[in-house]
This record gives sequence, C-alpha cells and structure tokens, in this order.
Amino acid sequence: MGSLKKSGGVNGAILSRIATNDQHGENSEYFHGWKSYDKDPFHLSRNPHGVIQMGLAENQLCLDLIKEWIKENPKASVCTPEGVHQFSDIANFQDYHGLKEFRQAIAHFMGKARGGRVTFDPERIVMSGGATGANETIMFCLADPGDVFLVPSPYYAAFDRDLRWRTGVEIVPVHCSSSNNFKLTVEAVEWAYKKAVESNKNVKGLLFTNPSNPLGTILDKDTLKNLVRFVTKKNIHLVVDEIYAATVFAGENFVSVAEVVKDSEVNADLIHIVYSLSKDMGLPGFRVGIVYSYNDSVVSCARKMSSFGLVSSQTQFMLASMLSDDSFVDNFLMESSKRLGIRHGVFTLGLKKAGINCLISTAGLFVWMDLRHLLRVRNSFESEIELWHIIIDKVKLNVSPGSSFQCTEPGWFRVCFANMDDDTLHVALLRIQDFVSKNSNKTAEKASDNDQVIQNNNAKKQKWKQSNLRLSFRRLYEDGLSSPGIMSPHSPLLRT
Amino acid sequence: MKQLSTKVTSNAHGQDSSYFLGWEEYEKNPYDEIKNPNGIIQMGLAENQLCFDLIETWLAKNPDAAGLKKDGQSIFKELALFQDYHGLPEFKKALAEFMEEIRGNRVTFDPSKIVLAAGSTSANETLMFCLAEPGDAFLLPTPYYPGFDRDLKWRTGAEIVPIHCSSSNGFQITESALQQAYQQAQKLDLKVKGVLVTNPSNPLGTMLTRRELNLLVDFITSKNIHLISDEIYSGTVFGFEQFVSVMDVLKDKKLENSEVSKRVHVVYSLSKDLGLPGFRVGAIYSNDEMVVSAATKMSSFGLVSSQTQYLLSALLSDKKFTGTYLNENQKRLKIRQKQLVSGLEAAGVTCLKSNAGLFCWVDMRHLLDTNTFEAELELWKKIVYEVKLNISPGSSCHCTEPGWFRVCFANMSEETLDLAMKRLKEYVESTDSRRLISKSSHERIKSLRKRTVSNWVFRVSWTDRVPDER
Repeated sequence: MGSLKKSGGVNGAILSRIATNDQHGENSEYFHGWKSYDKDPFHLSRNPHGVIQMGLAENQLCLDLIKEWIKENPKASVCTPEGVHQFSDIANFQDYHGLKEFRQAIAHFMGKARGGRVTFDPERIVMSGGATGANETIMFCLADPGDVFLVPSPYYAAFDRDLRWRTGVEIVPVHCSSSNNFKLTVEAVEWAYKKAVESNKNVKGLLFTNPSNPLGTILDKDTLKNLVRFVTKKNIHLVVDEIYAATVFAGENFVSVAEVVKDSEVNADLIHIVYSLSKDMGLPGFRVGIVYSYNDSVVSCARKMSSFGLVSSQTQFMLASMLSDDSFVDNFLMESSKRLGIRHGVFTLGLKKAGINCLISTAGLFVWMDLRHLLRVRNSFESEIELWHIIIDKVKLNVSPGSSFQCTEPGWFRVCFANMDDDTLHVALLRIQDFVSKNSNKTAEKASDNDQVIQNNNAKKQKWKQSNLRLSFRRLYEDGLSSPGIMSPHSPLLRT
Repeated sequence: MKQLSTKVTSNAHGQDSSYFLGWEEYEKNPYDEIKNPNGIIQMGLAENQLCFDLIETWLAKNPDAAGLKKDGQSIFKELALFQDYHGLPEFKKALAEFMEEIRGNRVTFDPSKIVLAAGSTSANETLMFCLAEPGDAFLLPTPYYPGFDRDLKWRTGAEIVPIHCSSSNGFQITESALQQAYQQAQKLDLKVKGVLVTNPSNPLGTMLTRRELNLLVDFITSKNIHLISDEIYSGTVFGFEQFVSVMDVLKDKKLENSEVSKRVHVVYSLSKDLGLPGFRVGAIYSNDEMVVSAATKMSSFGLVSSQTQYLLSALLSDKKFTGTYLNENQKRLKIRQKQLVSGLEAAGVTCLKSNAGLFCWVDMRHLLDTNTFEAELELWKKIVYEVKLNISPGSSCHCTEPGWFRVCFANMSEETLDLAMKRLKEYVESTDSRRLISKSSHERIKSLRKRTVSNWVFRVSWTDRVPDER
C-alpha cells in the first residue's frame, strides 16, 4: 500500500504529486545545520560548547523596545483589562480587507521605513500569511503552472518552495557573480530573459529581494529605474520583496521600487511589492505579510486569496495601535538601524581580524562571507559542503552555504548576526578566529582575485560523495574529521 | 500575452455568487438599533456571538495569558520569534483535548497529528492540495457551504461533484446518491479522490446520522478514496443527541489503526464553537503521516499568529473554563434557535428540524411564485431589499430544490432577532393578502388551508421520528 502511494499507481487514494514530491525543498542537505543546532543548541551558561545559530535571519536587537511599548499600552491588547472591551468586536472580525486602522498603520509604517520618500495607499494593502504567503499569493495571481519568473541568484533558499511548490511556476535564475560584487545588472536580466524566451519559456516576470537576501546589498536607483523600464518594455511583471527595507544601517538610502513607479515610462500595472514585519520589526511569529500591488486586478484577486492567510485580528489590532504611534516608530527605526550598524561593524571587524572578508553590505541581518580561500579545492561545491560541515561540526556554527542560495561560485557563506546577544556574537568570533589561526599553516593556495569563473549552468546542487577525506586535507585540521552521517530530515523549516 | 494568471480572471473564487452579494448589500445599509433601525439585518453570517462574555471573564481572571506572560515572566520575545510550523506544543495539546471534550472524551486526538492552519478556509484548501490535483474531484453532499467552491477548487484546480440530497428524506445522504455522484464524476472524466462532508452540516444545521457515517466509511473503503469530515460546528450541538464524529464511527467499527483510518481526515476551527473567526485558528487532523508532513510544510503559507496560539493554549487548557463554556454555549444556542423557529412559525414558515449549527434551513417553497430558482432569487431579492433581511438562498449552497434559505440566529441580539421575525411576518402576511386579492378567493383560501395543513402535518410527522434520524 505504502509503495503504491508513492509510485502513484491506479490506487485512488494516493496523495497529490505536490504532497509527495520534493519541491518544498526541505529534504536538502541544507538542513543538516539546523539539525545539528537543534541537537546541541548553544547557551552562554548552560551549553557554552553548543552550536551557535547563525543561519537564522532574525532581528532580535530591538524587541526590548517593542516589549516596553506593549507594557505601556495595555489598550492595544484585546486581552488586558484596558482593552478587553474591544475583545468581541476584534475576535469576530474576519473581513479580508483587514482592519482599516491596521492597513492605515502599515501603509504609514512602510512610508516611514522608506524615509518618508514615498507614501502607500491603505486601500492597496493586502494581508497574507507572512511574506511566505505573500510571495506564493503573488505568484498565483501573476502566473500559471509552467510560467517562468526570473530570479537573480544568489536568492533566498525558500523561494524554491514559496514561488514554485503549489503554484507550478518555474524559477529561472539570473546568475550574479563576485566579479562585480554580485550586483544585479540589466544586461544580466536581459540575457537571462532572452535565453528563456529562446527555449520557449513563457516568462511572466522578474522577482528579487531588495535589500538582498543573502547579500545584504541594496540596488542603486539607476539600475532599479532601468529594470523597471525593462519590464515595462517586455510587458512582464516586477515583484520586489522589500522585507528588509528597514534593516538598512549604513551608506546610501534604500530606494524602494515605489519611488520609481511614477515614472512616465513605467507601466505601474506591472509593479508589485511584497512586505512583512518579520525582519524590520523582528516579529516573525505574528505572521504579518503584505502584498502591495499597483495593479487593481491583482489587489482584488490577492485580497480574495488572503482568506487563506489572514493576519490574526488580535495581531492586527495591536499593530494598528503600535505602528500609528509616530514617536515609537521614529525612535524604533532609528534605534534599529543604529544597533544593526554597530552589530555589523563588530562582526565584520572581528572577521577581518581572522583574515575573512565579506561582501560590502549596508543592510540585512547577515553578511555574505568569502571563504573561497579556505576551500580545499578551489571552485568546488564539494569542497564548499565539506568546509560547511567542518564549520558546523567542529567550529560549531550553523552558517548557510552559498550553494543553498543557488550561488554559482563555491566558497560563499551567509552568516547571520542579529539573532543573538553581544556575548554570543563574541563567542562566535572567538571560535572563528581560533579556527582560522589553527589553520594558518595550511598548504592550500589562496584563491586569486582573478579566479572567478561564472558558472552558467542551471546551478544544480552537486550531490557530494561521502568519501574519506584526503590526507592533505587531514593535515589542515588537527582534529580528526569523520565523514558526516546521513540524517533523516526532521527539522522544521525555519525562515532563513 | 495574457498578463495575469487565469485565477485572476476566472470566477472560481465564487465571490460573484448571491451568497456574497447579499453581504455587499448589507455592508451598504447595515442595521443598527439606534443609528440605522431600518437597515438590513445580517442573517447570512454564521457567527457565534452568544458567549463572548464568558471569554472576557476568563481573560479578566487570567492576566498572565492576556499579558503574554508565563508564571509572571514576559515571554513576549519568545512568542515574537516563534514561527515553527509545528506550532506551539501547549496549544496543540490543548486543542486536541478540547476536541476530545467536544466528543464526550469517547475518542482521542494525538497532538502530533494536528496541523495548524489559518482558519478552516486554509485547512480545507491545504488538504485539497495534499489529496487532489487538477482533474481530480471530491464529492460533496448538497446543499453545501458556498465558500467550498473557493476553498476546494480555486487555486487547487480540483473539482466538486455534488451528491444530491433532497427534502424528501430531510436531505440525508443515501447510497444511491453517493453512487450516482461517483458515476457522474467518471462521466465527466474526473478522478474521484474522496468525499467531503461538513458535520454538523452547514447549511442544514443537522448532524450526520450513524447510518450516514457508516455508509460513508463503507463507501470510501470500497472505492479506496479519502473522507474529509469538516467538524467545525462540532461544539454547537444543542439537541439532546450527542454529536457523532467520524472518529467515533472508526472506533466503533474497530478501524482505528487500519488503512481506512489513514484516509479519514478531520478539519476543525475555533471560529464557530468559540466565536473567534478573527483569530484564524484552523486545524487538520490526519492519521496519514505523509499528509501530516506535507500539510505541515504547507502551513507555512498560513501559520497561526504566535500570540494567538499562546492565548488560546492558556484558555483551552483551563478545563473548568472549557467545560462551562461548552455547556453554556449549547444552552444559549438552543434558546436562540428556538426563538428563531417560533418566530418563523408565527410567519407560517417552517424549517428543517435541526439541533446544531448557528442557522436554520428554512422552507420558503410556499412563498415562491413558481418552483424555480429564478423565483427563489426573486424572493431572495425581496427579502433583502424589502424585508431588509440578508439571508442566504439555497441556490448559493447548490441546493437542488428551489425555495430553501439558510437563516442565521447566533450573530445578533435577541431584540434584533425579534425585529427580524416581525419584519418577516409582516411581509408574509402582506404577500398573502396581495395574493388573495389578485387570485380568485376560493382558490386562494383552498391553497392557503392546504399549505397550513401540510405545514402542520409535516411538523407532526417530523417529531414522531426516531431521535437518531433527524
């Protein structure tokens, strides 16, 4: 019976293909890091030798501010004595338009997070189950099974699930490379578009995260403008996931696509924004996702679809109050930016001391770390995975290998820094510095600056063999290394 | 090139149906006792507003849960960060126990087999994604909840094939109706993946009998297909009969750990029993590991807010509260339903005898000009625009017989319900007198008597029935 189920025989009770295929992406080796962390999580006093979680892009730096606000504003909760008189109305409220005050507050907050340079229309705010739900919903609105969306790589690992799994939409990556600091160029998009069309693919649009996950970089205004013109010319959609909009801590202002949509050369009907409070405010548990589209039909459709992932009215009510508190919001955004900047500075400085460089970035909750020089074999994904396993198992840090983001160049790792306290970060840096210094007498050649090969394959992850490590490799590390065992997937897919 | 997806332009979301249009009219002119006493009274919304006071009292006594605290310590940060799609363990445990309590603790629910979803809207869609594909069909007894057209079909591409039920036997599911539906699906070249029932039924307000449940379990066993039992109204049973869940039947037939049990899935939600539709709490319960696994991953698209999970885990773990609540809820629903039924009777209108749900299935066939759906829609419009009551026409629920309407009773005050019944009575009386004038008096008196007599006959024969069959 069981095997019949899987093989999809004549058995009428079999499950759907979606339920049984791997397209949710959770069986990838990527989750080895999570499992190791789950089994042995670091705690400063209780488990100081445990695995430090640096694979989770959470923003824990300003929760104290929010906690304080909640304490001082009991009316914002429908459960407190001060707020309970609203309980029944709110508990009863399931209108998929969402609470008006909530939409207004979100629109207001989104404007503030973009420095007040743009305003958002509350009537275009559509709720969803986190940005996860928002991205899936926008795909359902814009594309049919078999259609293609271009997505610059490296990209957020879970896009494979969010954009493709139940929608049947295909992702065609637009590979970016270190040769120009992984900057997304119009030329690269044009080329990818052309190739896709030539292979008879129906390209419906371009989707990217800005500020970028995993890079932490922001797109400059000119490129953004040119991309918007490009999609207008080709009559394809542009979805910009701006989930990290308020995590900018340095450098140039973040330019939202909302700032360029009013250009005369732009067809606004093609422009859509995905947003969430999970990163900017550090509230992933509250599941606040937003679809914001300049296309009326899409707003209407997405709103009907939001029935499948509305924001809890209890949460809407609280946030409506919190986000309309201007003095709170202003202070929060400023403090958050400051703390992220400091944390980023401390971390990158610490890495530099260990001879590790990161891609220059001015936003996000992570750095894009360059460990190409530590690869046993240059330009090898096998080596990247080997190195990654060493980092997890020996250095005891869960970081995310570039291959899990469809990066075409081996050796890059995304490392999160905002999901822990200062002491833990300190420990992580010590461990890294310790690991690097132990191996400063390594014999592997450093990757030269010219050694960047753009790999224009389809970025399939190579299944690496669990062969014994070579002797030369063994010399690199004083500890004996055992080959990692095969683990069955059990870990939850935490938002990365 | 087609710019948007086919989903945008199709109306498989079903929102152009009269069910939703009535709501729109209500929105434009909503009744308010003081501000708009001539507005439309909302009777098309199956909400349970009768027991909020009980929850509010509980909140006042439990400041920790209300204040996101545990043992006096703030757990705000933990909740703010908690997005594990396995859900808060305390919440799933409390939910499982609540579901057991509703079923008289006759069956057990294993928390690890619960998958949380954003309302049963999301739960039902997710189950469809797991069990069916475009070109597959689920059989549903009519009349059914209008939202199923959207929830089960829209984005999944699955189809619904109706199992026709009729008033001749109180809309119960029969074997021949099941077989006919199955064959119809095959004629349409659709692969039947399962049957979905709502029990207690929306819009009927009745519970599936044991006979029907046994029939369903036997049917899915023989056809090797799935059975989804949406038990969202399980806590709204107010008659003296117990609610019999499909889980009871599996237990009684000793099928608990069988292959068949893996194909039986229960959907639940706190939107009706607890009256908390805004909090978006839905659940899927399945004995099939693969379904649980796939559905859990899919729940990422609609997780329950952690602050809501925490609040409700505290609420539902308080057994004193849940016991009192379920009892009181049933009592109040019973009284309110009686009020509606008597009000309808005073207007010469009967309804299907029911003992659950937040609505009655009302028989207005005698008020139709002709036995057609056009006439039903005409009548409906009059009721919405002239009588100013938003009720749901049977056609929006895919009923095969014109003249039936779903009328909700638990989403308004007693006074408002009273007023609604007065309005209806006035309308019926004025219609009758209008008809008396327009047709020959002899004919009219004859048919009026006949109608009145048959109503009484219907009611008398109804109450003579064995309690097990509605």
